[in-house]
Amino acid sequence: MHGLINRSIQCFLRETYGAAFWSQVAQAADVSPEGFETMLSYDEAITDRVIDLAARDLAKPREALLEDLGIYLATLEPLRRLLRFGGVDYVDFLHSLDDLAERAHLAVPELDLPDVHLKPLGPDRFRLVCAGRRGYRAVFAGILRAMADDYGALALIDAEEGAEAVAIELLQTRFAEGRRFDLALGGTA
Amino acid sequence: MMDGPPMPAGAAIPDEGLARLMPMFARLSECGHIRAAGPTLRRICGNIDLAGRRFLDVFDVARPHAVRSCADLFDLSDRKIVVRFRALPAQQLRGHLVRLAPGDGAIVNLSFGISAAEAVRDHGLSHADFAPTDLTVELLYLTEVKSAVMGELKSLNQRLQSARRKAEAQALTDPLTGLANRRAFDLALDRAVAGTGRGMSFALLHLDLDRFKQINDSLGHGAGDRVLAEVARILRAQMRQNDTIARVGGDEFMAILMGASEPESLLRICDRVIAALEQPIDYEGTACRISGSIGVARSVSYARPEPRRMIEDADAALYHSKHMGRGRTTIDRPGHDAAA
Repeated sequence: MHGLINRSIQCFLRETYGAAFWSQVAQAADVSPEGFETMLSYDEAITDRVIDLAARDLAKPREALLEDLGIYLATLEPLRRLLRFGGVDYVDFLHSLDDLAERAHLAVPELDLPDVHLKPLGPDRFRLVCAGRRGYRAVFAGILRAMADDYGALALIDAEEGAEAVAIELLQTRFAEGRRFDLALGGTA
Repeated sequence: MMDGPPMPAGAAIPDEGLARLMPMFARLSECGHIRAAGPTLRRICGNIDLAGRRFLDVFDVARPHAVRSCADLFDLSDRKIVVRFRALPAQQLRGHLVRLAPGDGAIVNLSFGISAAEAVRDHGLSHADFAPTDLTVELLYLTEVKSAVMGELKSLNQRLQSARRKAEAQALTDPLTGLANRRAFDLALDRAVAGTGRGMSFALLHLDLDRFKQINDSLGHGAGDRVLAEVARILRAQMRQNDTIARVGGDEFMAILMGASEPESLLRICDRVIAALEQPIDYEGTACRISGSIGVARSVSYARPEPRRMIEDADAALYHSKHMGRGRTTIDRPGHDAAA
């Protein structure tokens, strides 16, 4: 697993549950005391170990923890900005997720994000299918929730039980004033 | 001959359609006046009314060459041109002019090129200001993602750098006294010997503590460690900044004194060191008394100094000092040249 992903899980756990909690999980999962490096690659199993141990220690379902991770990621300003480049409104953004893995490759060639595919089911209904590893569905559910808020859209988002997919029902595209996004950093207008 | 209905003679695209396809287009009349302009182009020109103005009055063509007349401008058809908005000359735009049928003027499409980020920031542009086929937004995305990745690499490099420094320092330092270790000493000696080729001289001191073992045996390692730390302090105090002082064994020290070759001044230094060592060192209320014996090898005593040979000779001089009753200094290998 790419260090960027592991490192973001580390930051999520440390910032949400405290440095002591992270150290305890890291030690139990056999992660070095310095934590993960963003630009190195790690064995796949260690990522699962960290998530499983953290979920167990928090007495929280793994899915719920991963969904919180998704929300955390989408609210980090640099990541939020990169996601907002995807489109002018929430629907545009949803469609841009098809390009996500390719965009990630543009940035970091070694970073393999899961292939996700948006299937329109009706005018306001979509299904995001996540291929690849288990658990991405929950992370994406969290990201989609946070980004709906960011765009000011009102949407029902459900990680589908038993399938690596997320159901999206858009109730209102512009429900509230979304968060501001300027294409260029330091924008004034 | 082809069958079917004849092709219509050029389906004219209305300006609104052009504006959506190319938000930075300008349609020029046969005499070079702007007839219509796209919304993004109008926006970056400060929302002035562009229609009716002469294109060359609003924009200055910088490349491939300056252009004065409309005919010259139209000659640039199908080439890449670089233009500047005259009211804001810092901003360069990349352009492409296409001549229409004679009498119908031309169409110019402009874009930001690689300075897109500044333009987007300066004019507060958004997704809606670009055609969906335009890659400007992707360019901005890449710029941002690149700086994020560079930031990560930079911090990784800094962490690696400081870890390397730490490891290097640990590899060259004796942890108890903070003096150089044997490895660092050997490196410094190689440097000093190499320096003699450029006319530099130095002296190699070998110090062995006297009665150290008794203190260790009777008062324990804590006392021994306290004494060694004090010895290090004394050596630092008696020597100069660019001299190398090393702990090379349990109670053995070596030093390289740069520029020192006179036996008299070396003796003075060594006497001061021994006198300081003979002052009682307090360890939890007990006065620890030690002394030291010193052997010195001087680079000037050799036609071609060699590290190994100098270490052996300093050792022999030290042995001589011990043999003569300790607490004293011998300069140069006994039976060699000068001896003291």
